[in-house]
Amino acid sequence: MTHLTTAPTAGTPAGSAPHGDRIGFAELPDLMSLMTGDEKHGPAATSTLDALWVLYDRVLRVSPGTVTAPDRDRFLLSKGHGPMAYYAVLAAKGFFPTEWLPGFGSYDSPLGHHPDRMLVPGAEIGSGSLGHGLPLAVGTALGLRAQGRPGPAVWVLIGDAELDEGSNHEALAYAAAAGLDRLHTLVIDNASATHGWRGGIASRFEAAGWSAATVDGRDHEALYAAFSTPHPGRPHAVIARVEPKGA
Amino acid sequence: MDTMRERFTSVTSRMLAEDPRLALVLADIGAAGFAEAEQRHPDRVVNVGIREQLLIGVGGGMALTGLRPIMHTFASFLVERPFEQLKLDLGHQGVGGVLVSAGASYDWPSGGFTHMAPGDVALLDTLDGWTVHVPGHPDEAETLLRHAAAAGDDKVYVRLSMQSNAAPRSVDGARFRTVREGRGGVVIAVGPMLDSVLAATEGLPLTVLYATTVRPFDAATLRAAADAAGTSDVVIVEPYLAGTSTRPAAEALEDRPHRLLGLGVGRQELRRYGQLDEHLAAHGLDPRGLRERITGFLTGRA
Repeated sequence: MTHLTTAPTAGTPAGSAPHGDRIGFAELPDLMSLMTGDEKHGPAATSTLDALWVLYDRVLRVSPGTVTAPDRDRFLLSKGHGPMAYYAVLAAKGFFPTEWLPGFGSYDSPLGHHPDRMLVPGAEIGSGSLGHGLPLAVGTALGLRAQGRPGPAVWVLIGDAELDEGSNHEALAYAAAAGLDRLHTLVIDNASATHGWRGGIASRFEAAGWSAATVDGRDHEALYAAFSTPHPGRPHAVIARVEPKGA
Repeated sequence: MDTMRERFTSVTSRMLAEDPRLALVLADIGAAGFAEAEQRHPDRVVNVGIREQLLIGVGGGMALTGLRPIMHTFASFLVERPFEQLKLDLGHQGVGGVLVSAGASYDWPSGGFTHMAPGDVALLDTLDGWTVHVPGHPDEAETLLRHAAAAGDDKVYVRLSMQSNAAPRSVDGARFRTVREGRGGVVIAVGPMLDSVLAATEGLPLTVLYATTVRPFDAATLRAAADAAGTSDVVIVEPYLAGTSTRPAAEALEDRPHRLLGLGVGRQELRRYGQLDEHLAAHGLDPRGLRERITGFLTGRA
């Protein structure tokens, strides 16, 4: 089975995928079940599902028709392991055909166990090694600012264990000092960090000068409210708590 | 004469004014020299503090938005510390940028091994698609910096050093230059090693090629020089880890029997402070040491 017969092309018009925009949240589990072979990362995949859906459904200003538009919002999936929820949401929103999903992880599929931006329409970065997305997001926010584009929002999703990586702390401290108010970090907290974060994750961001909110990562209205909270002059972090890994 | 690093500061400040696509990312090192450029272009001159992983990540993110980032700090902190960022935040993302280092192999001998990076070019050699410029004079550094800035979305490393030849040569950002011709063998002198190589081979019937762009490796010029010299005995003298360029040289000569000698900085840590010339002598890279090893290699041929 060759999935590259429909080549991944950036800028696929919305609706070109079968049922593109009509797929709803209730259908995402069915889409995810099409992807097999990465059960090791199952908990990581489902932990992000609700937050990703709310972002793509209600917050991000990017569509299959604008994946290369300079003024699109950027979403960077830093926590690249367990990308099934991400692929399901991108497919549901028409960035690529749902027919690609069953090929997940196979030689001919553009969809790997870690995403590659050169292969997946709508993926802003290739990720998998932890601790790269937030620094890239800082650079993206700086690059947009330097080109006089104050419109696009930059979002990056990391995991609570990923926050252990020192590179994230370099980025976290600098982003607040630089006042990058178009930058947003979504931390999916499934309590998987080995040593945890004394005082909670939000306190780390707040101490550095970020705006931060902690919400139930399964509550769509709470997620939307946290995502759309104004944060003038400061970057914004949303910590979405979900069931502990392995619970 | 200014140093290569001082030239980098003045040239980059001018290029930032000329080309709105260029951005400069710093990690405190060298930031004072760019104070005026930062005032003129506050959004395109960014100092992230002492954060070298972020230095490269920010460059990658800027490149994703269409800018061409120039990233600068000491070689050890630019190439060695954030190596995975070079691999992933530039290469894997399919974007490019310009790395400009200072410090090189032992520009600050009294600073010790923490500030030495003789392995930088060998380390970059594990990644695909990097252009590597090794200027031998501040004027050449200016030319090669301009080439690097104008090189589209390419990944380019410019290795600046306190070591310098007395006079500049014309460089084109691609090819080796033939400086001397002879029939006893071919010696490739990389960047600031040229004056010492010329002194070491004075009076010997050798072809001397001058290389300031070592990746991609100019195989065509090496092959032509070997043909003209009637020999495939080749010595490469590099200001960084010995043998760094023997692999591409061997590939250039793979259609013929050949002998290669790679001279450069030794792998074993030289736990000494002192002066640049003392380190050159200790690694056999002064004219006397070079002459001894080059003639030994060439006269020992079968």
